[in-house]
Amino acid sequence: MTAERRRFGPRFSVARFGAIAMKEFVQMRRDRLTFAMMVGIPIMQLILFGYAINTDPRHLPTLVELGDTGPASRAIVQAMETSRYFDIEGVVFGAADINTALKTGEAMFVVTIPANFERDLARGERPQILLDVDATDPVAASAAASSFPRIVESAVAPLLDGALSDLAQGPPPVEVVLHRRYNASGRSALNIVPGLLGTILTLTMVLMTAIALTREAERGTLESLLATPAQPLEVMAGKISPFVLVGVLQTAIMLGLARTLFGVPFLGAPPAFLALITMFVVVNLSIGFLFSTLAKSQMQAMQMTFFFFLPSILLSGFMFPFRGMPGWAQNLGEALPLTHFVRGVRAVMLKGAGLGDTWAQIWPLAIILAVVATLALSRYRRTLD
Amino acid sequence: MNAETVIDVRGLTKRFGDKTVVDDFDMTVPKGAIYGFLGPNGSGKTTTIRMMCGLLRPSGGEGTCLGYDIVRDADLIKANVGYMTQKFSLYGDLTVRENLDFMARMHAVPDRRGAVAATLEEHKLAPRAEQIAGTLSGGWKQRLALAASSLHKPPLMLLDEPTAGVDPKARRDFWDRIRILADGGVTVLVSTHYMDEAVQCDSIAFISFGKKLIDAPTADIAAQVGLHTRRIEGRDLRPIHAQLKDAPGVDQIARFGSALHVSGRDAAKLDAALAPLRARPDLEIGPAKTGLEEAFIYLMTGSEDNYQ
Ligand SMILES: Nc1ncnc2c1ncn2[C@@H]1O[C@H](COP(=O)(O)OP(=O)(O)OP(=O)(O)O)[C@@H](O)[C@H]1O
Ligand SMILES: [Mg+2]
Repeated sequence: MTAERRRFGPRFSVARFGAIAMKEFVQMRRDRLTFAMMVGIPIMQLILFGYAINTDPRHLPTLVELGDTGPASRAIVQAMETSRYFDIEGVVFGAADINTALKTGEAMFVVTIPANFERDLARGERPQILLDVDATDPVAASAAASSFPRIVESAVAPLLDGALSDLAQGPPPVEVVLHRRYNASGRSALNIVPGLLGTILTLTMVLMTAIALTREAERGTLESLLATPAQPLEVMAGKISPFVLVGVLQTAIMLGLARTLFGVPFLGAPPAFLALITMFVVVNLSIGFLFSTLAKSQMQAMQMTFFFFLPSILLSGFMFPFRGMPGWAQNLGEALPLTHFVRGVRAVMLKGAGLGDTWAQIWPLAIILAVVATLALSRYRRTLD
Repeated sequence: MNAETVIDVRGLTKRFGDKTVVDDFDMTVPKGAIYGFLGPNGSGKTTTIRMMCGLLRPSGGEGTCLGYDIVRDADLIKANVGYMTQKFSLYGDLTVRENLDFMARMHAVPDRRGAVAATLEEHKLAPRAEQIAGTLSGGWKQRLALAASSLHKPPLMLLDEPTAGVDPKARRDFWDRIRILADGGVTVLVSTHYMDEAVQCDSIAFISFGKKLIDAPTADIAAQVGLHTRRIEGRDLRPIHAQLKDAPGVDQIARFGSALHVSGRDAAKLDAALAPLRARPDLEIGPAKTGLEEAFIYLMTGSEDNYQ
């Protein structure tokens, strides 16, 4: 029997996997419309969301607590006004007033210039300046808040002449402390881009492989494919792998746009990001392939994709803060790849997490992948019945 | 099992829902034979072939192809059988060459490039190698499909209406090639609706309603069907055709150029029906050999429900 087995090759043949992958790649390249969609969707979504994010975040009501006055304080307040992000509407005194102002919405920002600010600045002691932010509407607040350090720095820079000019190199002369209120996790425009990236990848990746087998069945090519000695795992891997490239391409487009249009920082280590994104893309493609083995037609496959997409958006922490959801919803959310991706990619992109830090997100994704792949391979039909 | 037997199935049955499409089908095909598989539309030919190459699970029965069990060893059968589907099933968005290359890779054909190039030459596909397969004309699609199914030089070929829509010249080339393959020891099971192809087969199995009615060497088919045929030659045969159509003892009338072939199962009754005509001096009536076409049309007339 072993001699006979050899005539059709091992359980997993790299050659057959490669043949399927290459064939899928050529088909994908020839399918102009789909390809344009794969590239167009992320661009369109990002721009749409981006403009929603940016709906005039200027002229936001701001109060100042002046613990000190002098040329630097005046310059900072002046610079804030000219930036047009902040409208300085008056002064406050003390923590209680600040709380009330932010709570009632009288102000969205309160700038606190501490006592001895001018003196400490002159001595080069890097005094703190505090910006309290009402982050309940992170979309509105974030652009202004993220521009604040730059405003402060350029306001004080001209004052640092003569003996102080060496301060202009090195670390900033003022330490800006952002204090987000009411939304400590700090969901902001910056956080929406990573989430959006995951959402778009979920939709397009699942959709692409969801129609993988149903399309072959509808075009009649499944009969030829099944008449070859192709093994289920070869078909699955072969159909998935070309789209990993698409996923990476989409990611590159999104990140490039997010950076140029909206100044979303990328702090993280590229290896961590690459590991996370690859894992996430592969998991989604596998889910799509699973749908493909379940669906009877391309239409059904698309419906399944959208059924999967909805909870992914709602329960992953992309739309609503994860910790704010009821327990059952959190449990459900843990089973969704997007949840882990959003967590991981926010950490990587915004907090500078490294490869080691993302392990906490990689292993749940690996478990989901194992479960989905097992299901898909057991569902894969090797006959036409 | 005889070592020279390539296809050996017994009691093969396939049900879709409560419809039995193939019913208790037996077949034995020796090595190197060209076996014709005939039957009206919807009689179960494609379904039977699919069960033989592991593409459909039989509802009942068992069998082997090339010694491999059709259920348990489907992978081995797939690796060693060239199956050409009735409906074009290659990738319409790949070029001719890419399709062949794909199949060559799937079957781990040695010297892939060389084999693809040779196949392109052999099937006269070389000038169209870079054409997108979906834009080929029907006949050229068939040639590509045949090329793809024989690329890995399988010892058994299952060809489901390989020449449907192919022009006569190409059909002749095709059958020449089949002959060469068979002489080289390749076994071929081929379904067809063309009589000129049927006569080229060594043996023929005829299926109707999923049941095998005839299975015999081609030369013996007519005798097995049991038809007797008389040939009538004359000037104006149209009224005679009309007259004989419903006559008792006449089961079938076919035109052959300027002659009529009148057939019936019962020779005595047939001759009785023709007796009044024998007196006419303008007609010449004599015995004739029952042709394959007459035999099969006779068989199909008895199974018209297949068309439902
Ligand atoms: N997947 C299926 N589900 C239900 N019925 C089927 C299926 N496949 C085939 N049939 C039915 O089985 C019968 C036999 O079909 P099959 O294709 O085997 O006939 P065939 O002899 O190849 O006909 P043709 O000469 O037209 O190609 C038909 O009545 C067909 O409708
Ligand atoms: Mg058929």
